[in-house]
Amino acid sequence: MTTLLDVAAAQSVAPEVVMDIYRRILRIRRFEEQVGKLFAQGQLPGFVHLYIGAEAVGAGVCAALRDDDYIISTHRGHGHVIAKGGDMKRMMAELFGKVTGYCKGKGGSMHIADFEIGMLGACGIVGGGIPVAVGAGLSASYRGTDQVSVTFFGDGAANEGSFHESLNLASVLKLPVLFVCENNQYGEFTPAERAMNIKDIALRAQGYGIPGVIADGTDPLAMYVVAREAVARARRGEGPTLIEAKTHRKGGHAEGEDAFLAGQQYRLADEKEAAQRHDPLVKLHAYVVEQGLVTVEELETLDQATLQEVAEAVEFARTSPEPSAETLLEDLWV
Amino acid sequence: MPRKTYIAAIQAALAEEMRRDERVLLMGEDVRLGVFAGTRGLHAEFGDRRVIDPPISELGVAGAGVGAAATGLRPVVDLMFGTFLYLAFDQIANQAAAMRYMFGGQATLPVVFMTQNGGGIGAGPHHSQPVHPLFMYLPAIKVVMPSTPYDVKGLLKAAIRDDNPVVFFNHLSLGGQRGEVPDEEYVIPLGKADIKRAGSDVTIVAAGLMVHHALKAAEELAQAGIEAEVIDLRTLKPWDEETVLASVAKTGRFVAVDESYPVCGAAGEWAATVAEKAFHHLKAPVQRLSSRHVPVPFSPTLEKMMMPSAAEIVARVRELMAAG
Ligand SMILES: Cc1ncc(C[n+]2csc(CCOP(=O)(O)OP(=O)(O)O)c2C)c(N)n1
Ligand SMILES: [Mg+2]
Repeated sequence: MTTLLDVAAAQSVAPEVVMDIYRRILRIRRFEEQVGKLFAQGQLPGFVHLYIGAEAVGAGVCAALRDDDYIISTHRGHGHVIAKGGDMKRMMAELFGKVTGYCKGKGGSMHIADFEIGMLGACGIVGGGIPVAVGAGLSASYRGTDQVSVTFFGDGAANEGSFHESLNLASVLKLPVLFVCENNQYGEFTPAERAMNIKDIALRAQGYGIPGVIADGTDPLAMYVVAREAVARARRGEGPTLIEAKTHRKGGHAEGEDAFLAGQQYRLADEKEAAQRHDPLVKLHAYVVEQGLVTVEELETLDQATLQEVAEAVEFARTSPEPSAETLLEDLWV
Repeated sequence: MPRKTYIAAIQAALAEEMRRDERVLLMGEDVRLGVFAGTRGLHAEFGDRRVIDPPISELGVAGAGVGAAATGLRPVVDLMFGTFLYLAFDQIANQAAAMRYMFGGQATLPVVFMTQNGGGIGAGPHHSQPVHPLFMYLPAIKVVMPSTPYDVKGLLKAAIRDDNPVVFFNHLSLGGQRGEVPDEEYVIPLGKADIKRAGSDVTIVAAGLMVHHALKAAEELAQAGIEAEVIDLRTLKPWDEETVLASVAKTGRFVAVDESYPVCGAAGEWAATVAEKAFHHLKAPVQRLSSRHVPVPFSPTLEKMMMPSAAEIVARVRELMAAG
């Protein structure tokens, strides 16, 4: 059996890091699958955007970070929170709008934050998190730490003014920022090829005088290797990097979209097929077994434990109380 | 008369105006498939040239709408959610609101910025905040906020035919509302309120979703023998002072209900005008009901508490009746 991974890159990654990345991806996948089910059952309010298919990006990049580094995420943000070490119980409770959630039910799916682990929040405004991440990079640099700030965003967000202003700002101030573009080839229902006349978003780095790197966003270890280098560069004070991760959404833009689109199709046939073939979890599973890092049985045990963790999170969320009337007016000012 | 949803009425208005006038074009993210379905079907009929599905670039797209309007087109710019108008704000406030005046009357700007405003569907802080007072604040911008399918169609057609910039606020949670919508041509003039329910004891003024809460409250009040007059402003700027003041002259009591915030909100504008111009008719102080002054929380439980409700309107009117 051959893996679809970049084996040369993979072999530069220590086995314990490989397994660490595997665990991050697995936790995201099982969490998201459960969220999809809960949404379909009508148990979750609001909008839900799943990270399934892009786990390699969040997991690979976050494995290259320290606990005190910062990340900022998007509307499709559950995966980033988990990749940075987030707690499934508090996440799930937030999705249910419960007071035990990360944001006491005030944020919901598109706004989970955990400042304790450097997760400065997901964002419902496309491109809205990018400038904030530059600010975190400025702060790290000003305070003289070697912390790094990472902003995840989509191909669609790369067409917002905030993206362009932020790249330039981080470049001229030489800030320790990683701009990680998850190019899943769509913004909602519009293919990227209709939203930009270039194939590679990484090209845009040139216009701002910073390195632009293309990575296989379905290959967790390749992502890790690219991020490791950009992080090292940022820590050395050499400034920002734009990383374009070529990836896929396995599902739709938002849960429940089939009913809403009423039969209208927008996915390009080849891409839909590629999204299934380039599943980061399947790839990494094959690799770790092939390399003898772990047995299939051990992976099965790990999977069971992860499923158990997800089940406990759902139970916690379900049995948690709703926010009270006092909660409504709290947290506005210091 | 055919019954249609609020969304279908948007579709009908856009299609009719695009057929009628070649200068009308539609621009907005995913208008092809129609995120709120209000633009669905238009691409099939009018094609790429007139139905433009641009990159996610609200500032650029809104500004392109202004420039196209200044040079002879009549663009409708769809900005999906009210909160996305924050990204487009500079072009609306510094260009659309200023160009005609600062260029001494040279520019004519027939552009419509259309969006889904307000909350009520658990969409969370970045997708639910009502933003309409910000546009009432701007000079030279008309602001429309319909509450029924019938009104949406007639008002959107009027907005597209208006020679001024108009911000058109559909309500996020009214999309599925059904009502009678004639297939034949009709236009509702901007600036005219509609008395949605006649009454003699108290005047309740609202727009958008809040009209429905006010009507519900009025039913409940009627059971207790209190007859509320519910005025749907429909256009928030210029607004129909005349209809409101005439009603207050009759009832002597006034409650403004709006989904925006209490500080610099829409309700404050209406209440101040009534206090100023109808003071001698008032039997009790003017009242305002607004949303709590916080970002719109995600939790449906909190979101409900945040916005004015029918129950709150009933309670406030009862207090007012007790006061005199
Ligand atoms: C400023 C702004 N404009 C539009 C939207 C609506 N919207 C939500 S997600 C999305 C697509 C974003 O595409 P991309 O950045 O590629 O991220 P992806 O969903 O593919 O992960 C859009 C247009 C928004 N939330 N914010
Ligand atoms: Mg995308």
